[in-house]
Amino acid sequence: MTGSKSSWRDVGALDAIPVRGARVVRTPEGCLAVFRTDTGEVFALDDRCPHKAGPLSQGIVHGRAVTCPLHNWVIDLSTGEAMGADKGQVRTVPVRIEAGRVLIDTARLSRSKAA
Amino acid sequence: MAKRLVVVGNGMAPGRTLERLFETRPDAYDVTIFNAEPRVNYDRIMLSPVLSGEKNFEQIVIHGDGWYVKHGVTLYKGASITAIDRTARTVTSARGLTVPYDKLLIATGSLPIIIPVPGHKLAGVLSYRDLDDVQAMLLAAKSRGSAVVIGGGLLGLEAAVGLKEQGMDVTVLHLMPTLMERQLDVPAGHLLQRAIEARGIRVITKANTKAILGEKKVEALLLEDGTRLPADLVIMAVGIKPNAGLAKDAGLEVGRGIKVATSMQTSDPDIFAVGECAEYEAQVFGLVAPLYEMASVVAAQLAGDTNAKFSPSAVATKLKVTGINLFSAGDFAEAADREEIVLRDAARGVYKRLVLKDNRLIGAVLYGDTADGAWFFDHLKTGRDIADLRETLIFGPAFAGGTPLDPTAAVAALPDEAEICGCNGVCKGKITGAITTLGLTTLDDVRAQTKASASCGSCTGLVEQLLKFTLGDSYNPAAVQPMCACTELGHDDVRRLIVAKQLKSIPDLMQSLAWKTSCGCAKCRPALNYYMIASWPGEYKDDGQSRYINERVHANIQKDGTFSVVPRMWGGVTSASELRAIADVVEKFQIPTVKVTGGQRIDMLGVKKQDLPAVWADLNAAGMVSGAAYAKGLRTVKTCVGTDWCRFGTQDSTGLGVKIEKFMWGSWTPAKVKMAVSGCPRNCAEATCKDVGVICVDSGYDIHFAGAAGLDIKGTELLGHVETEKEAIEAIAALVQLYREQGRYLERIYKWAKRVGLDTIRQQVMQDAERRSALYDRFVISQKFAQHDPWAERAAGGDAHEFRPMADLTFKEAAE
Repeated sequence: MTGSKSSWRDVGALDAIPVRGARVVRTPEGCLAVFRTDTGEVFALDDRCPHKAGPLSQGIVHGRAVTCPLHNWVIDLSTGEAMGADKGQVRTVPVRIEAGRVLIDTARLSRSKAA
Repeated sequence: MAKRLVVVGNGMAPGRTLERLFETRPDAYDVTIFNAEPRVNYDRIMLSPVLSGEKNFEQIVIHGDGWYVKHGVTLYKGASITAIDRTARTVTSARGLTVPYDKLLIATGSLPIIIPVPGHKLAGVLSYRDLDDVQAMLLAAKSRGSAVVIGGGLLGLEAAVGLKEQGMDVTVLHLMPTLMERQLDVPAGHLLQRAIEARGIRVITKANTKAILGEKKVEALLLEDGTRLPADLVIMAVGIKPNAGLAKDAGLEVGRGIKVATSMQTSDPDIFAVGECAEYEAQVFGLVAPLYEMASVVAAQLAGDTNAKFSPSAVATKLKVTGINLFSAGDFAEAADREEIVLRDAARGVYKRLVLKDNRLIGAVLYGDTADGAWFFDHLKTGRDIADLRETLIFGPAFAGGTPLDPTAAVAALPDEAEICGCNGVCKGKITGAITTLGLTTLDDVRAQTKASASCGSCTGLVEQLLKFTLGDSYNPAAVQPMCACTELGHDDVRRLIVAKQLKSIPDLMQSLAWKTSCGCAKCRPALNYYMIASWPGEYKDDGQSRYINERVHANIQKDGTFSVVPRMWGGVTSASELRAIADVVEKFQIPTVKVTGGQRIDMLGVKKQDLPAVWADLNAAGMVSGAAYAKGLRTVKTCVGTDWCRFGTQDSTGLGVKIEKFMWGSWTPAKVKMAVSGCPRNCAEATCKDVGVICVDSGYDIHFAGAAGLDIKGTELLGHVETEKEAIEAIAALVQLYREQGRYLERIYKWAKRVGLDTIRQQVMQDAERRSALYDRFVISQKFAQHDPWAERAAGGDAHEFRPMADLTFKEAAE
């Protein structure tokens, strides 16, 4: 389950995110990075690299991955896991597109907050 | 009982013969070698690197003493043979030793041709044939005097470059109008002459030597036209002639050399001849490849294979001078029934000419870019029909008939018998076979086991491709490093193809060059974005998503995700109003740290991302623009106070620094560029560890480049001296433009310079006025599109998405 219908929050237009780029969404427990890939997929992850908390939203997006701007860790956007030899994982948050709008599941945020 | 094989001579050809013989029949013969030289078998091709100081004798030994012991060979060093008695079947040495033979191999090589001009016997007149000559030259070079090399062929030029490297003042004399006319056509000969002259070697063509002058030793050389050239050393490198005297005295059939049949037997079936002393069908041979082919035949014959036959194939020539790439093969004289395809790229110093006859490649001359030499040479040797390839033939395998652009694929497409290493006659099949059966994984392994690329080294790239092709991903060649995992192409290939194929966007490039990923990666995209900007100024639309964050938001990201801001201070000069504005900004935005940088700027650290546009607006209002402290571009020009204040200053170093910075700011380069201008040789601006540095002197400006003071520490190299500020700025802009065009992304100037050669750069920027001016013009054009203050654009609202969150859920969440 990804939370009740009302927990989905509109955070803006898809077009507000550059292709192969990201935007930041502020939440009570820190920033989320919302990525838009070359092929139009959208992913939301905590904006903190598992390595040294670098802002992933500032990295270069390629394929389904982002390279952290601080030390070049490569994070798989779909799983939040570090790729290659590095080990670590970022929390991912469910996200979907509806009529050109980006929606994220805040229930997942709250639950995580409660946990 | 083993038969007795006596070998007269211990050069590369008999050495190879014995190697091959021992591979097949190690116990067939008791071998005795008489070597006139007092040493073991060494690689004569590598004498030039020994002369230039790149190698020492130990590094060019082919068979060390241990090899002779291991194979039970008796080697007499410094023992020349003076007579062969064919009836008694013995040879006799100068020291009176007589040894019987069952089979005799004559490998007496060749003698240098000495022009019998007056004075040719003076001390200081040398030929260039063996290690003794090289040692004599090295000794003479210690005087740092003048050397004259007679002969502008392969050996003469290698000798000239070597002597120049040793610090001598060198002049090359050549009888013909262009250099290396037997291997090169006229245009390539001129290009070569320019490259040789760029090394500070004087070249005189159509030069006819009249006499060598001197009392006891050489003092000068006199030309027919009356020119007198002072000389402490004269090298005669006008050619060689087979050393066939011993064979002639023994009554063997001799023409120019010792006549041999296809079996390599002389007119006496028990006597073979191999190498430069042999004459086959009225031809004599001087290059190593056919000599090694001869050696294989002799070895097979000695091993009992009477079917082994010598059939000389086309030979290719490469000049072994570091930094000059030259390849020629086949026949390239003009004739009515021949056609030619020519590619000229004067800017890159590339010239390629292919000669075709009946749709077959019969000759090739490559200058500047010889990477495709082996491919052309293979077409030439096999004589295959090239009608289908003709349109793109000159572009080499990369474009041939739909072959992928992958250089490994091009090598993969070669047949097993294609020759890879011309020096050692190693074909592709032997290399790939050795890699597989012996489990070789490195270039050195392959060199050790097959000798491929172990001599002149010019096929190293091909051998690495073979390793890659055979081992797959487990091999990572050092030479042709792909840009990243998204492609097999190296940086240079990509840059070349961007221009050649007019690729003007990253998606277009990835499509056209068959990128393996959908949209590249964090390594290739910033590089490609730069290459596009550099190749298509004004046309290419910058792709922010392919830039590192620092260049995307024009500030330097810090460990906590905040940014540092550095405004430009031209030449390191600031003012009360600028300082006041900085102080105000620091207080207004509560910037935690203010620091002076090494490049004479002020750095404000810890600025929140969302504050950046407002910070910039305030700095802009005080007249300051982005200092580009984040850019792969011109960062800073550091200066000292020069004649404005300093009692030692010789020029207005501050003023020049400001002018350079105002002219060059905004330019994107492969990696960051830091400059400095010092007003006198005391060098207070520390210009001699910068990417580009100027040292002012009384007579003008010494321009330096290729320094480093980071991961590596390296003093600069002198680019040249100019007299005026205008010339200094032109030279610096031309240098930076050349770097912009040739540098690989993230490759600093000192690394680029090391890779392409300091002299090449000096030649193009300082000596070639036309080239310099063209480079300068291209820089000026590119600057037209580059000099926009990125801060002002963003303070005015540009790229707003970069600085604002997409949504803020903190308030809503709190309200719930």
